[in-house]
Amino acid sequence: MREMPAANPIIYDSSKCIGCNRCMEVCQVDIFIPNPEKGKHPIVAYPGECWYCGCCVMECPVEGAIELRHPLMNKVHWVEKSILMKNNKE
Amino acid sequence: MYDYKWPYPLEYDREEIINADVLVLGGGIAGCMAAIAAARAGQKVLLVEKGATKRSGAGGSGCDHWESAATNPCSKVTPEELTQAMLHDNDGFNNGISHYIECREGYDRLLDIEKMGGKIRDTEDEFVGAEFRDDGTKFMFAYDYENRFTLRIWGTTFKPAMYKELKRLGVNIVDRVMVTSLLTEDGIQGARCVGATGIHTRTGKFYIFNAKSSIICMSRPARIWLFSAELPGLCEFRPPQCIGDGHAMGWRAGAEFTMMEKSVRAEFSAAGRSYPPYGAGNNHNTWYAASIIDSRGKEIPYADRDGNILKDVKDRFRPAKGQKFFMKGGGIDFPKYEIEGPETLPFSKMIEEGYKLPFYADLTDLPEEERKVIWGMMVGQEGKTKVPIYQNYTRQGFDPSKHVLQCYGAGWTSASFLPQERQLFGLPGGFFNDWTLGTNIDGLYVAGDALYASDCYGHAAATGYYAGRHAAKYAKVNELKHWDKKQVEDEKRRVYAPLKNDSERGIGWKELNMAIAKTMQNYCGEIKYDDLLKVGLSRLKEYEENIIPQTFAYNPHELIRLLEVFDILTVSKIIIEASLARKISMKSLCFVRGDSIEDDSSKEKLIVIKQYDGKVVTREVPVNYFGDLKENYEKHNQDYI
Ligand SMILES: Cc1cc2nc3c(=O)[nH]c(=O)nc-3n(C[C@H](O)[C@H](O)[C@H](O)COP(=O)(O)OP(=O)(O)OC[C@H]3O[C@@H](n4cnc5c(N)ncnc54)[C@H](O)[C@@H]3O)c2cc1C
Ligand code: SF4
Ligand code: SF4
Repeated sequence: MREMPAANPIIYDSSKCIGCNRCMEVCQVDIFIPNPEKGKHPIVAYPGECWYCGCCVMECPVEGAIELRHPLMNKVHWVEKSILMKNNKE
Repeated sequence: MYDYKWPYPLEYDREEIINADVLVLGGGIAGCMAAIAAARAGQKVLLVEKGATKRSGAGGSGCDHWESAATNPCSKVTPEELTQAMLHDNDGFNNGISHYIECREGYDRLLDIEKMGGKIRDTEDEFVGAEFRDDGTKFMFAYDYENRFTLRIWGTTFKPAMYKELKRLGVNIVDRVMVTSLLTEDGIQGARCVGATGIHTRTGKFYIFNAKSSIICMSRPARIWLFSAELPGLCEFRPPQCIGDGHAMGWRAGAEFTMMEKSVRAEFSAAGRSYPPYGAGNNHNTWYAASIIDSRGKEIPYADRDGNILKDVKDRFRPAKGQKFFMKGGGIDFPKYEIEGPETLPFSKMIEEGYKLPFYADLTDLPEEERKVIWGMMVGQEGKTKVPIYQNYTRQGFDPSKHVLQCYGAGWTSASFLPQERQLFGLPGGFFNDWTLGTNIDGLYVAGDALYASDCYGHAAATGYYAGRHAAKYAKVNELKHWDKKQVEDEKRRVYAPLKNDSERGIGWKELNMAIAKTMQNYCGEIKYDDLLKVGLSRLKEYEENIIPQTFAYNPHELIRLLEVFDILTVSKIIIEASLARKISMKSLCFVRGDSIEDDSSKEKLIVIKQYDGKVVTREVPVNYFGDLKENYEKHNQDYI
């Protein structure tokens, strides 16, 4: 049985990841465990403990193999300034 | 809810003993610099880190500004002026010794880090001619462009550079080990420190570290009032494994603390309340001096300390008329008039005048180099910004020359907390230190955010290096003393006990942390009452006596999380004891009592507190106990000068 976590900080692209575990070894919170299948990306065992620092992504040798995603509630909004200015005129 | 088997060998009953001259506990900024200093002094150094030293600690992922580099060639202020300003800004309730070290040696550390491979200058000439750049040295300054004592730096390069230097110097780095207790001579509380114990976070193996001198660099407490079981990693500003283990083990060993009654209404990073630091609209620190606009695009004016509206963006970086210098950054929350810098007009005033919410941070109209230095350098080099903010927002289409970023919470801060949701933030309490950064325990030194009234990267680096020097000096003239067998056996029993409890009826680390946080909110919230504090203390003692024996952990990872919560419980007790010891409200410590109407601000005394023989012992010390800064610094550091 599995349960969806409150947030899913790490998303892997299995087609790119070479399974080197460098992301896992640099994480100071140690949220990962190695994959029992050799050569596959680590498993996020403790997703809630992620500090969202990005060091795992900074350490990865393959562009795009690992992605860090803020929880939805932390998604910050932005808008084009010109749209705000238009609102002002209306 | 995974079905995976624990992937590492379980070594709960195994023991490893490691000897050294100097033992560094915690491998963040202060710890790395302490180890480097001690190794350079010819000592055999052992560094123990709970995470992975390469990127661990609050500053592991980056840092965008280095404060108080008063001795850099462009600075127009002296270390004495700057330290005095910091002391005055807090009515004396600040660490004169550690901040003087920061001002006096911070720039030396910056040059050190450059030699190790860290980037501290605009060597690519990206910002040639910008007003914040000195074209001679290629240094880039922040905030006060006239006085030039805070540098913008490429902090993402720093921690890996320090890590490389540690290895080059032959420091023995032990990663993934949580330090759990200090060892004292003959096991006596308050006696000389002879080392520490630890437990491996993946295998559960037990470690005994035996050393001539030890340095505590394990940052400061957290998760005392704030906890989210779903997102414990986002509860606080600093990394989730930094929760004050050092304070708890120091307390048990009989070390002295001060200002532990100080806490502030939470400001940052409690899961759910705030937005990603430096990732939402604001105009502080990293984002100084972004423009702030309302939702019609109307700009909120900046004003100087006298309320004069500043028309030109350039004026946001200049002291006011008649002002020598102004200060911004980590330790500056509500600056006094003397050092108050330019600021956007108050939120409440803007609402009165009909400005429309929400507000936004606007870089579109800034001069190009100001926009580029905020978005791309500061946001990018600052901790936790390179990947989650700079890269991700850019990929999602954010363009700082077109888009404006929304502000949340009251005004342009990124969160709004309840009064009882508190944090040790903005120069909180910690270990009490002397001029060697030594504690009352012989052979035990402290550096970085673990010191009382401390904050910031440069402060951690400077005090780390300084403590490393003095601990090395101690180690040179003192013999290695053996540890006490009984003390080690007692500690082993303590740390492994939860594994032997009943899993079905067991209480996990999150349940206990949540209960402590609620207790602290209820009994030690914004306004303190003796009667409530005492009830709170007895609740915590109940947890200690009746609940801890029922706790359970499935594996080494959960075990260290649980041991952390035991430490959170100990720190909560220190905070209540310190609050009980201060009988009268004191604004300078954000300390409010409901059962005393007086304000004690004129009575400038630190309450120094420790535990001895199961009892709490307090003494009063004048806030300026450290005497003349320059004179005492020079007395203790002849070999460095
Ligand atoms: C996102 C962010 C941005 C920041 N930006 C800036 C900035 O731009 N400028 C600035 O001046 N300051 C900045 N700071 C503050 C600065 O990073 C800290 O003040 C500084 O890192 C403190 O150094 P330290 O060594 O005391 O603690 P840390 O660097 O946090 O190191 C503490 C270390 O101790 C380890 N540890 C904890 N408990 C144990 C244990 N029981 N056993 C073994 N090891 C343990 C931890 O794993 C950690 O590695 C920022 C902080 C954050 C969080
Ligand atoms: S973002 Fe940081 S805390 Fe989260 S998994 Fe990556 S390295 Fe670990
Ligand atoms: S560092 Fe990158 S390539 Fe290596 S395991 Fe992690 S995601 Fe895969």
